[in-house]
Amino acid sequence: MSDMHTENSEFAHSSIEANPTELHPRHEDHGHGDHGDHHHGHGDHDDHHHPKPTFWNTYVFSTDHKMIAKQFLITGMSMGFIGMMMSVLFRLQLAWPEQSFPILERLLGKWAPDGVMDPSIYLALVTIHGTIMVFFVLTAGLSGTFSNLLIPLQIGARDMASGFLNMLSYWFFFVSSVIMVISLFVTSGPASAGWTVYPPLSALPQAIPGSGMGMTLWLVSMTLFIVSSLLGGLNYIVTVLNLRTKGMSMTRLPLTIWAFMVTAILGVLSFPVLLSAALLLVFDRSFGTSFYLSDIFIGGQVLEHSGGSPVLFQHLFWFLGHPEVYIILLPALGITSEVIATNARKPIFGYRAMVGSILAIAFLSFIVWGHHMFITGMNPFLGSVFTFTTLLIAIPSAVKAFNYITTLWKGNIRFTPAMLFSIALVSTFITGGLTGIILGDSALDINVHDTYFVVAHFHIVMGLSAIFGMFAGIYHWFPKMYGRRLNKSLGYMHFWLTFICSYGVFFPMHFLGMAGLPRRYYTNTAFPMFDDLADINILISNFAILGAIAQVLFFFNFFYSIFRGQRSVQNPWKSNTLEWTTPVEHIHGNWPGEIPEVHRWAYDYSKPGMEEDFVPQTVPMKPDEQSGH
Amino acid sequence: MNTLLIVLVLVLAAIAIGQVVRVLELSSSVSGKDPNAVTDADNNRQGWYMLIFLFGMFAFFLWNTYDAWGTLLPKAASVHGAEIDKLMAISMVTIVLVFFVTQPLLFYFSFKYRGNSARKATYVEHDNRLELMWTSVPAVVLAGLILYGLSTWNTIMFKPPVEDPIIVEIYAKQFGWNARYAGTDNELGDAGVRNIEGVNVLGVDKNDMQSMDDVVTSELHLPVGKPVLFKFRAQDVIHSAYMPHFRLQMNCVPGAVTQFGFTPSVTTAEMRADPKLMAKVDNINVIRSKRGDEPYTFDYVLLCNKICGSAHYNMQMKIVVESEEEYNTWMKSQKTFAQTL
Repeated sequence: MSDMHTENSEFAHSSIEANPTELHPRHEDHGHGDHGDHHHGHGDHDDHHHPKPTFWNTYVFSTDHKMIAKQFLITGMSMGFIGMMMSVLFRLQLAWPEQSFPILERLLGKWAPDGVMDPSIYLALVTIHGTIMVFFVLTAGLSGTFSNLLIPLQIGARDMASGFLNMLSYWFFFVSSVIMVISLFVTSGPASAGWTVYPPLSALPQAIPGSGMGMTLWLVSMTLFIVSSLLGGLNYIVTVLNLRTKGMSMTRLPLTIWAFMVTAILGVLSFPVLLSAALLLVFDRSFGTSFYLSDIFIGGQVLEHSGGSPVLFQHLFWFLGHPEVYIILLPALGITSEVIATNARKPIFGYRAMVGSILAIAFLSFIVWGHHMFITGMNPFLGSVFTFTTLLIAIPSAVKAFNYITTLWKGNIRFTPAMLFSIALVSTFITGGLTGIILGDSALDINVHDTYFVVAHFHIVMGLSAIFGMFAGIYHWFPKMYGRRLNKSLGYMHFWLTFICSYGVFFPMHFLGMAGLPRRYYTNTAFPMFDDLADINILISNFAILGAIAQVLFFFNFFYSIFRGQRSVQNPWKSNTLEWTTPVEHIHGNWPGEIPEVHRWAYDYSKPGMEEDFVPQTVPMKPDEQSGH
Repeated sequence: MNTLLIVLVLVLAAIAIGQVVRVLELSSSVSGKDPNAVTDADNNRQGWYMLIFLFGMFAFFLWNTYDAWGTLLPKAASVHGAEIDKLMAISMVTIVLVFFVTQPLLFYFSFKYRGNSARKATYVEHDNRLELMWTSVPAVVLAGLILYGLSTWNTIMFKPPVEDPIIVEIYAKQFGWNARYAGTDNELGDAGVRNIEGVNVLGVDKNDMQSMDDVVTSELHLPVGKPVLFKFRAQDVIHSAYMPHFRLQMNCVPGAVTQFGFTPSVTTAEMRADPKLMAKVDNINVIRSKRGDEPYTFDYVLLCNKICGSAHYNMQMKIVVESEEEYNTWMKSQKTFAQTL
């Protein structure tokens, strides 16, 4: 224990110098005799010197995790708005390919002469939509917001292990976002090779205009993004492992924290591989190396490159790319676990199984990447192995789905907008997960690979589930973030429109895929065999436009409520977790006095023998009380 | 001017919603209620919505299936394709069954246990028997699907070598396809991008005697019932040779040769006479005549299914499956590589 303290103190000291607002140097504490195996930053932090709060260190270069969470959220939402608008634009093109839309010319300028979209910008829109949604919204926007907000608050810590690294993590993300947005305005257009940026298409400006300056900026932006993600992830892991308050054993952690920690581990292990893939691509593009390029004849001439393999890039990319799916999904599942238990007024069913399935999914996610590559010409034996490991993931996923359903069983469900989004998440997680059984099967993948069936599958299981988780998180913790309430009625309207439109957009896409329609086609009119799909495409686009309009309700509710919303009480949802023991007004260090001690798990809802239907984690166990936690 | 008006209308709309929200919140706080608290009435209403949504979703699912049924791909036109279709049918039935069991549970429980301030939830932490059940049942079902899937995959990919399959190279470039037949010796001559010159667009090696009888075409003809071995090459970026009617797809990777062996089982003429396909084509032609387009006659087609550049959406080659005699006649009418030099 004392060793630990020495290390912590050194660590804290070194970061204090860099970071004047660092809050919790782990000084010796004399208040508690029993440290057990929990070390926690506590004590009265009034001893320490705070720099005077200014605009700059409060709202801009803040090291306070709560402010950083809000920064991640607002940036993520802004990027989400851009990504969503892009999808509306390309849905216009897909439903009414020959029609002229003046708005397209207004927004896209030379890329949409006379209001008809150019094929290159169509691919650019698809590419940047994917990049923004996968990385900027559902990785940084989701993990960045809720890991930052909830890890210190729910484990009982005064802040992240390093507030300074945390601040850096946000600013790397911010700069990365700015560069990605700038890339939309370069003359040759933004990156257009699909969000997976497979070389040689992404490596050769001769192959597509977007692979010029646009791709360079994409790579720079993603490199900074990866730095941000690593700084954030390391901080989350260290914080969860080291800064839990007294009594907060790992088996008492709320499932949110388990999900965030495992997500961070996935990110730390897999993002560096994407970085190396990106660096080698930079070398191939700019310095004439041949990691991914070989035997290429383009633009009337043979290139010098020889001996590289484009499939190598795919291996490296999907080594990140598949864990990335769970980097997106696990935090959403964590949030859902918390929201469902709180609002069903019941313990989450099978807590240990839930933790186990998070770990199992995380482990398996590292050995399934090849299912994205069944038809790359990879040895079919490898295909068999990846089919086997991929379908195994269905088992822990099924456990999670059934546990959520059983949590609702005999509950007393309070339908807050957050709860509605969580239930919707379980629905899309099941629907999308089921089609994964088709795509993960190499023999079936042959014919549906890269068709709209895939688009339907991953948007439902990953896109919708994760964005629903994010909405659930925003509705649930808005009072914690801003001290005010989101409007309930607008929330209900937003939910139902979003949920209906989501299925309306992505459900019919399965049939497009089974009709053999490839994804990433600028128009389907070149093949008469797809003419009978035009009606379905119009239906999808109508739902997409309506769904996008529905988000106005959300954006309005969000920004209106920040300033004018009803003021919240301390624990508006009657929740057990520690974040609701902090004051409504944000203060440095989260708790005015000592950090509370934890006596029970987070899920004692409707426990027999208790007066209220919730028992906060800070309430000591009664002498005769039963608990496995 | 238009933009200004639109912006103005949007701003006014936002202010209007804001005021309505404010009035509603104020009026309920005047009456002493917490405006954003979820009431029993809310729970009741939302619970019912959940149930209605369930039925709505199923109705949409069924309508969608009915509506899209005729647009789906016709029966498989290859021997292995029929196997894939069988596996697909069994997997689909399984997942649709699970869909129709789990979604009702989710939404029905949401409805049934909608909150009521007079009631308390039942405290249930876990149940090892239940959890064992829903771990092992999916495991068994998946084991079945995996075994069946892998056996299909292995027969497709590792089938025993056939005596003299027809060897055809499928060559992809931005934005078109070529086929190269191995000729009378059934051996493809060497080729590489460094030999591309003039009419020799596939870069076939002139110094390799085996290439002399190779036949380069811009249409793909195959005799029905004969094993074919495709060899895929790409010249610039990755393409994917997708022949949905054969249930066949393989990436074409620059710098590598990939392959796929199969046997076409239905001629173009037979497929055109397939009742399901005829209905689909008729439907398409109704749509086309409304737009004033030429009528469509069915043909097998090869599409590019890996994003490859601006005209990726229009990279196609016609495929004809015919009797062996027809195939031989067609082949005789084609020039060999030697004749094109």
